[in-house]
Amino acid sequence: MENTQTERKELVSAAIRFAGDSGDGMQVTGARFTHESARLGNDLATRPDFPAEIRAPAGTIGGVSAFQIHFGSTEVFTAGDDLDALIAMNPAALKANVKDLKQNGILICNTDSFTEKNLIKAHLEENPLDQDAISTKYNLISVPITTLTHEALSELELPKSAIERCKNFFALGIICWMYGRGVKETSEWVERKFKSKPEIAKANKLALEGGMAFAEASEAFSTVFEVPKAKLAQGTYKNITGNQGLAHGLIAASVKAGVPLVYAGYPITPASDILHEISRYKNFGVTTFQAEDEIAACCAAIGASYAGGLGVTGSSGPGILLKQEALALAAVVELPLVVVNVQRAGPSTGMPTKTEQADLLQSLYGRNSDCPVVVLAIASPDDSFDTSYLAAKIALEHMVPVILLSDGYVGNGSQPWLIPDESSLSEISPKFAQTDSAEAFQPYQRDEETLARAWSIPGMKGLEHRVGGLEKQDITGNISYDPDNHQRMTYLRAEKVKRVANTYPKTEVSGADSGELLVVSWGGTHGAVAGAVAEEQKAGRSVSHLHLRYINPLPNDLEQVLSRFKKILVPELNSGQLSLILNAHFDLNLTAYNKVQGQPFKISEIQQQIQNLIR
Amino acid sequence: MSELVKLTKKDFESDQEVRWCPGCGDYSILATVQRFLPSLDIPKENHVVISGIGCSSRFPYYMNTYGFHTIHGRAPALATGVKLVNPDLHVWLITGDGDALSIGGNHFIHLLRRNVDLTVLLFNNRIYGLTKGQYSPTSEVGKKTKSTPYGSVDEPVDPVSLALGAKATFIARASAVDAKGLTAVLEQAAAHKGTSFVEIFQNCNVFNDGAFKDFDERAVRNERQLHVEHGKPLIFGAELDKGIALDGFNPKIVSTKNGSADQILTYDKNSKILAQILASLSFPEFPVPMGVLYQEERSAYDTAVTEQVAQAKQRQGEGKLSDLLNSGDTWTVN
Repeated sequence: MENTQTERKELVSAAIRFAGDSGDGMQVTGARFTHESARLGNDLATRPDFPAEIRAPAGTIGGVSAFQIHFGSTEVFTAGDDLDALIAMNPAALKANVKDLKQNGILICNTDSFTEKNLIKAHLEENPLDQDAISTKYNLISVPITTLTHEALSELELPKSAIERCKNFFALGIICWMYGRGVKETSEWVERKFKSKPEIAKANKLALEGGMAFAEASEAFSTVFEVPKAKLAQGTYKNITGNQGLAHGLIAASVKAGVPLVYAGYPITPASDILHEISRYKNFGVTTFQAEDEIAACCAAIGASYAGGLGVTGSSGPGILLKQEALALAAVVELPLVVVNVQRAGPSTGMPTKTEQADLLQSLYGRNSDCPVVVLAIASPDDSFDTSYLAAKIALEHMVPVILLSDGYVGNGSQPWLIPDESSLSEISPKFAQTDSAEAFQPYQRDEETLARAWSIPGMKGLEHRVGGLEKQDITGNISYDPDNHQRMTYLRAEKVKRVANTYPKTEVSGADSGELLVVSWGGTHGAVAGAVAEEQKAGRSVSHLHLRYINPLPNDLEQVLSRFKKILVPELNSGQLSLILNAHFDLNLTAYNKVQGQPFKISEIQQQIQNLIR
Repeated sequence: MSELVKLTKKDFESDQEVRWCPGCGDYSILATVQRFLPSLDIPKENHVVISGIGCSSRFPYYMNTYGFHTIHGRAPALATGVKLVNPDLHVWLITGDGDALSIGGNHFIHLLRRNVDLTVLLFNNRIYGLTKGQYSPTSEVGKKTKSTPYGSVDEPVDPVSLALGAKATFIARASAVDAKGLTAVLEQAAAHKGTSFVEIFQNCNVFNDGAFKDFDERAVRNERQLHVEHGKPLIFGAELDKGIALDGFNPKIVSTKNGSADQILTYDKNSKILAQILASLSFPEFPVPMGVLYQEERSAYDTAVTEQVAQAKQRQGEGKLSDLLNSGDTWTVN
């Protein structure tokens, strides 16, 4: 029976966050809501935010785990600036997250958990639910979720703890009703997930349905917010995280090139999921190697490439530092290698679960001597497949190490991804040395166009040769201390990297190709910048957006593109690293906008910067 | 299959000028290895010589095979990557006491426990040679060098004991000056499936001359070394008149002549306890054990990894790109 006063209201988009204790199942709740929304046809972006501690004491701020989703009927650029709704499962979750809720935003709290004990754990002197500051500023809906879950599951004979583990699905039921989406997909998922535990499956389904029925009947929930489906390009989609997309891009490149993938890693947040994901696909002939340390992982990847594989290693900033010596070896022996850096806030251990893009200069200049490598950056979860595929292609075709930059926001965040047709993937053609040549093999003989040396692999008859970290004589590859040769080889290695830019497509800007202001972004800030520029263009401002996928070498036509704008704005989640590079290369009227808080940009923050620079 | 052409020592010599100091122990190891390799009847393109950094690590440049001179201490990791892609390659890992036991200690331990199928030749000269004479992790306590003018104070590591602790499946000791003994060890090392670890005493005549002379010179070798052979009693001495027996848990030297001959231990290379006893024998109280000190059969890491991939292919079918792309929950927008 539907509440007779139910009102239906259409929204273009909504940003909501599920927040609770680490053990409250917020990630799975968010993931299921995401799936229901994707199935309804919304565009969306998600952002999990979990603590670094595995099991922080229950009820504390340190133990709060959250999942944010922004879903809409038009293009969704980010996981959302401010929240339209917040679901807080305990006082700590409320305290840690309420600042992000819009004024008059919907605040759903599980009142059962607002006990004196939990208030103390959250360092709250008074119950915030009794304070005017909360109830007047927000649209507070107090729901005794734990009690109601017990009631919904009263017919089952389950221990108290098992029942209370279902309260997240009761909350999910409420939210699904509130945003006019069903729970069918989730019910089916529960059936699959708890196939061997039918009692638990039933409990979760009852909780889900209980939440729906409660919201429908309760006067506190008087509005259903409808977010219609978005106009997405035709095709088959799946929801994908940046780490998953990256993993799949590498596997696809390996299959397409006919070169076996060896992914060597050492556990590190937030890059470990790449190792986990790739290790599931052994039937694609891929090998994963959990090495004894970061250095070994990079060296094993180089060994794999030397033996004719696609060697890839992945880590985050602190681990990348340890790999730099080996990376320089790969640059000198001129073997393919992909080094993935899912950046996180630093320096040192920093804030492992928080995002940042401050390893750009480390990627460009973190090795001893002159040692350029190719550097690419992933823009968003739905870009991760393409960019990692490209990184592997460049490494294999140009015999060069490629650093592939991602970040915590991209790696853990998810978006719907339009699955490409297999035939649309570009060919990958590594050049192998010829075994039947009449002339003596010269390991450092180069391709005229790319300057790449040919790949000669142990086991190939007649191509026995030696490589190593000592300077090479041009062409023969023998050890050489000749001064002129060293200069020539240094320039050749740099020129080889530079020529990778000859393979880039034309640099495109979004918006007019000249004007007052160009916002230049790279990496995971793409969504926030694209969203801000779109808004400001709608408001009539002369602003365009250029997003750089290719960081090193920079595109050949970049200077031309930049020169058509009077001002350049470079927003970065670091202290101005791309700004430094652009200023070093070009004469620009450049303004840097920098944020280093471990948090992504809000669209509104970028908009403000644009407004500061142009009328 | 390619036809088998009988290779010679010359086939394994590269055109590069050998640049070790005159009189260096590395020359004889190089010559012994080059002389030994033809006997394996393996095409030379299937041999890969991988090294770290140090005097010994120049070795690959002098071998006319595939060779990779990598970075300090990391050869085990790089070699593991090679074997993951192609387990059929015959990999020779050349390292030294500093390379394997100091900067590369971690990789060395994990190589041994994983049992990657390759052979490690550790040239132990108990000194840093390439950096011109600092004490190494195998230098004796009190070693006076440029970096320790008052003498070193830290205890050296024993490579054989370390290898036993790291669960190595093949452990041997040989000397650069005993080509016959080294060749015999190389034969068994090459035949072993898994990581074959060979410590080779190698004299650095410039920075640590005579490091092994007390027990390694021809005149004293028989008296002061214990050449072990599987299934044979542990007997040594110029007159073969002494043997190793046990006094409780501790080893002791007994004479073969005075009725205690039946106490002498018979060597079993598969016994870890015996290997540990041998590793504990310290000169000059005891002779220095040489030869294959320990061996066990255990699945090699690279074989196991390759088998897992093959099994996954068999069970799930060879991965198809379209299956990968469309895996997971998908939906269609029309």
